[in-house]
Amino acid sequence: MDVLVSALEILMRWDVILALLVGSVGGVVIGAIPGVGPAVAIAILLPATFSMDPIVGLTTLLGIYGSSMYGGAIPAILINTPGTAVNALTTYDGFPMTTRGEARRALSLAYSASFFGGVFSVICLILFAPTLAKIAPLFGSREIFLAALLGLILVIVVHRGQTLIAAALVCFGILLNTVGLEPVKYTKRYTFDQSFLSGGIDLIVVVLGLFALSQAFYLLNGDDEKIRLTKLRGGMLQGLRELAKHPRIAAVSGSFGVTMGMIPGVGEFTAQFLSYSYAQRSSKRPEDFGRGSSEGLIASETANNAVPAAAMVPLLALGIPGEALTAMMLSVFYVHNVVPGPQLFANQMDFVVALYIALLILNVLVLVFLIFATNSIINVVKIPNRFLGAIILTLSFVGVYSLRNSMTDCIIAALFGVIGFALKRLSLPVVPIILGMVLGGIMEVKLRAGMARVKEPLDFIDRPIAFILFLMIVGVLILHVRRVSAERREIKAEKFANKHASTNFGFYLKNRQTRIMNTRSKSVRRSHLRYSRRDK
Amino acid sequence: MRGDSVEERRFKGPIRGQLIFALLFLALSILLISQLGDQTKWIKKTKFAAQPRLWPMIALTGMVFFTGLHLWRLPRRKILHVDLQEAKRWLQVIEYCVWFIAYVWVVPNLGYLISTLIFLPALAYRAGYHNRKMMTFAACIGFSIVVIFKSFLEVKIPGGAIYEFLPNALRSFFILNF
Repeated sequence: MDVLVSALEILMRWDVILALLVGSVGGVVIGAIPGVGPAVAIAILLPATFSMDPIVGLTTLLGIYGSSMYGGAIPAILINTPGTAVNALTTYDGFPMTTRGEARRALSLAYSASFFGGVFSVICLILFAPTLAKIAPLFGSREIFLAALLGLILVIVVHRGQTLIAAALVCFGILLNTVGLEPVKYTKRYTFDQSFLSGGIDLIVVVLGLFALSQAFYLLNGDDEKIRLTKLRGGMLQGLRELAKHPRIAAVSGSFGVTMGMIPGVGEFTAQFLSYSYAQRSSKRPEDFGRGSSEGLIASETANNAVPAAAMVPLLALGIPGEALTAMMLSVFYVHNVVPGPQLFANQMDFVVALYIALLILNVLVLVFLIFATNSIINVVKIPNRFLGAIILTLSFVGVYSLRNSMTDCIIAALFGVIGFALKRLSLPVVPIILGMVLGGIMEVKLRAGMARVKEPLDFIDRPIAFILFLMIVGVLILHVRRVSAERREIKAEKFANKHASTNFGFYLKNRQTRIMNTRSKSVRRSHLRYSRRDK
Repeated sequence: MRGDSVEERRFKGPIRGQLIFALLFLALSILLISQLGDQTKWIKKTKFAAQPRLWPMIALTGMVFFTGLHLWRLPRRKILHVDLQEAKRWLQVIEYCVWFIAYVWVVPNLGYLISTLIFLPALAYRAGYHNRKMMTFAACIGFSIVVIFKSFLEVKIPGGAIYEFLPNALRSFFILNF
């Protein structure tokens, strides 16, 4: 109870309340603009929050993170374009509802499901906080190293079909983090005797390049889209009643969101996928999924909104960010010399609870705001893409230049902008680079500290949590190898299915024709050459 | 361009440009790993886990190994016209990098407000918005950005050299707020 009172005292400040309001409203608007997203907004705002108190800065960023998914559902449902990447699944059932003339019902349901997901996860975590506070101190250097390693492995394996390049990008991120003066032996690493590299490559510069500048380039290089909006009439409370008819799906999806959010490197997409699959399998009308099913919409929106609060757990309890947005928030802690980790849970529990209460209030604020302001917000969807790109480019300047007023930082950010643009065009992930940078740094420090008392390799996993984490790593790798070999078998079977006597004979004829044509062409060319020589 | 082979049909994302990207990334990785001995140090009488070279070595080995495997597993191993077109598209954004760097260079001279009021409408014009409405809109947004970030949030952006020509009272006001 004392912790709760103390947490409320932390929040009862005008600047925190203002940060909550700005974060929630700003997050909804940012989420509603396709092409911006919370990562871009947080990357740009990050340096501006450094001058604020940790609680104010974090509340603003958390507000944007938590509320952007509410806003992202608006274009996903109305124009079939997800506002944020995690709203992609919302388009499956949201947009078909709009085409049926049920846009208001879909939006209302999405808001209600998001609200349930957000509140459910915060309540779960507040109830779970005392247990976490007991478990967190059991994490020493070795355990944190293994948890970070697990996070990196998970962020690689969740990129199905792109695991190899995701692994290469993680390694690239680890390398970026090592550039500069090494802090223990004070030797230079990959500085090429350049003074601007001695201080290392700043995470925020890379983040701004990969997220904000690349997005600006992408929008400026693309075309504007013609958008037709549906007019909305009527109230927005209908969704809450409809949500109450599907308590099982909402609860299970919320639980998936909480669990997946807590595991570093997994996040919204896996939570959504699991919830959606569960909802479809357990539904009485599975054929409706993808064609405007209310259950599908509830599953995807509940799961993705349950993640932000849960994603704060590994960050606060272990100091390990599980995805790009929490990795950015980690820098806010570092700037204020607040080290997230077991000590934070043990000594500043009120701060942790204050953050969770802020998230709870935020969800209420956002829901109220959306009930009254949806009709106005949908107009932001109309901002043309290339114009938006110009605005993001202008805003990116604030983020990069305000860090150190350095031209070099801006050039490095522009370089990463081009890399991010190429990755976007190729649909390759940028998150592994960021997590490689952050978790690579943590792993280096923790391995050095952890190995100090290790005499034999097995000593590294002789504590229960370290052993469990080790088993989890081995388990994830085994599952991944099994999945890859199953996919290869499938490809082989598919190839074999297309290959039979007649196709073989067809290929033989085609090759023969090509060979004859080539031989014939050669002889024709030779004869032409002969004639041309004669002319001379 | 998507071919008919099973691997190409199952490939996640567009195939165009993948080969060039993988080749460039591999070339960069090989170039960097060749500099490992020169750019990092292995210190005697220091534990393996505390060696300054350890993590760059892990990272670069991983980059070479995984990019090599990725390259090997790519469904197409021949650079086609579409790949070159895609690479050209990546280079096109260098124009916007130049815009960005020019903006960064201008701010300390002309000041944040004037630079932004010129930059944003000019970039909007370049992006194809030539009507007065969009120009005005761009200028208004530029003004709002400066007011929000410099005046309210007080982010660290230096005052422009041009402000030195202003009278004393106005000069400090402009340096602090715009």
